[in-house]
Amino acid sequence: MSSLELEPNFTDADAFYAALAEVHRDCDDETSRQINARLILILANQVGDQSLLEEALHVAAEIKHQQAQARGPNTP
Amino acid sequence: MVSRHEYPVYSDTPPPELSGGGHHRRAVIVGAGPAGLTAAIDLARQGVASLVLDDNQTVGVGSRAICFAKRTLEIFDRLGCGQAMLDKGVTWQVGKVFFRDREVYRINQRADQGHRMPAVVNLQQHHCEAYLVNRAQQFPSHIELRWKNEVIAVDSRSDGTALTVSTPDGTYSLTCEYLLVADGASGGIRDMLGLTSRGQVFKDRYLIADVVMKADFPTERWFWFDPPFHPNQSALMHRLPDDVLRIEFQLDAQADPEEEKKEANVRSRVQAMLGADVPFELEWASVYTFCCRKIDRFVHNQVLFMGEAAVQVSPFGARGANGGIQGAENLSWKLGRVIRGEAPAALLHTYDSERQQGAAEDVLHATRAAEFIRPRTSTIRAFRDAALELAEHYPFARALVNSGRLSRPCVYEGSPLSTDDDPSFPPLMHPGSPPQDAPVTVDGEKMWWLHLLGDHFCLLVDGRMEGVSALRLATELQQVLEETPDLVLRIVGPVPDAVRRLPRSTVIHDANGYLTVRHDLRPGNGYLFRPDQHVAARWRELRADAIIEAIKRSNGLTLKSLEESARVQPGA
Repeated sequence: MSSLELEPNFTDADAFYAALAEVHRDCDDETSRQINARLILILANQVGDQSLLEEALHVAAEIKHQQAQARGPNTP
Repeated sequence: MVSRHEYPVYSDTPPPELSGGGHHRRAVIVGAGPAGLTAAIDLARQGVASLVLDDNQTVGVGSRAICFAKRTLEIFDRLGCGQAMLDKGVTWQVGKVFFRDREVYRINQRADQGHRMPAVVNLQQHHCEAYLVNRAQQFPSHIELRWKNEVIAVDSRSDGTALTVSTPDGTYSLTCEYLLVADGASGGIRDMLGLTSRGQVFKDRYLIADVVMKADFPTERWFWFDPPFHPNQSALMHRLPDDVLRIEFQLDAQADPEEEKKEANVRSRVQAMLGADVPFELEWASVYTFCCRKIDRFVHNQVLFMGEAAVQVSPFGARGANGGIQGAENLSWKLGRVIRGEAPAALLHTYDSERQQGAAEDVLHATRAAEFIRPRTSTIRAFRDAALELAEHYPFARALVNSGRLSRPCVYEGSPLSTDDDPSFPPLMHPGSPPQDAPVTVDGEKMWWLHLLGDHFCLLVDGRMEGVSALRLATELQQVLEETPDLVLRIVGPVPDAVRRLPRSTVIHDANGYLTVRHDLRPGNGYLFRPDQHVAARWRELRADAIIEAIKRSNGLTLKSLEESARVQPGA
């Protein structure tokens, strides 16, 4: 079974990032949230494999957890 | 509120215990609902008598459960009342999902070919209960139904239970070896024994209304997310027999149930949904709270919990009554054999382990539907709305939309009653699985496979063999039949004479191939089915000693201890 790809896998990373920003450029937060939700569902279906998706969810949530730890208990 | 439906009133005759005598029973069932009546009929078919006590005098008023799934209908069919349910019930295939003012997609759940029963019928629970009562009354020497008999005290001990029962004519006491508790979600016996049902109570409430409407409405299930007539909430409309529509409205968590239940308020909600000009009568309305909970163990001493007394689930997904009836079936063949002395009492603990697994599945699916319908945060709501929007245009997103999945029976994974599988079979129909129906013929007469499967241990054999291998098969089967009186053979033919002459055997023909394909049958293969028709074992090559061992295992005769019988291996 393959594991989540965490090395660069884009055909053109800069172009993707620019396109992502372009989609959101003129959106308010609510519209952006809707676009992001649709985008995640579309990409999740493309990945398909439940264990890969769970790994991705874990990695995504883990960074938030690490940041909270790095800030320490007394930081608001 | 008018109720056009006339509910049957069952007569309550003073129990003989009030004038002394008859104070001990092998089996007492509390609650004449779907689970309790299923158990009573199933036990009666095995020659086991039971006393059924119900605190009411009629069937459950209102419609309550409405979706009876294929496996449940097959169970009713085995009990002898499936045809009545099928004739009365509404068979539907099309489900439509609406988001705001648009239909986003429709599902056509065409029934698989080659099954007697459809995927689901809609039927008011009171009809279901009335048919079960009618059927139960056909076993006068094995089922005694006592109405207006309320259990007011219970004393459970390791060897039985003492009950105090209140009736309009006075109070009496009796004792029983086994007490089957099917007194519903709010039943009192759990509390009397100090047991707690644990799980999740959802904040939102639902208004549920049964509406009589003559106007044409398609036989479909319509589910709305955030509709114009009920903004930010969800609603469901479902067709029932007798020109009744079941309508459900999700309400705010702050909604006042008493206020919502008032006829004028219900009418205005329904009118907004149906349109201003559509005439209707309101038959029944109620407000309920979503709830998914169960007790940790379904067996306490000699007390066995069933139906909603054991596990309660939120309604979207049709897991309540269906799970309850499937649980009653799981219990009945085991209890029948324990009472008749053919199986050890440890077998009853597999009722707990197998049905805890079923209950956990039911709770999981019901909870997932409830979470989709009512997102907990605005971000989760954005995902739900995204799925609904995408579903209108792209098929992949329809898989995410969950307005309640079709109820499916539990596969008892890793059951101690199952024999290790032969890995050369495909996964479908592995041990623990419920059966798959098929049209077959016997002596030129068309029949359904599940009718032939019946409620004994049954060995399905592919006997399409010749010569020496056929003789060897006949010898093995002969030995199995001699050593296991509680077994019938169903042999797929054409078969040679040596096989045809076997006792307790029926030769069947699978002209359309459904049975063969669904079991991946090849000559010499065999499937062992338990009395509840679930697969116990299967083999590519049949050997008498292996079959006899598998039957013993399924009867609980090889269970080493209560721990092993209560153990379930997850995800086997």
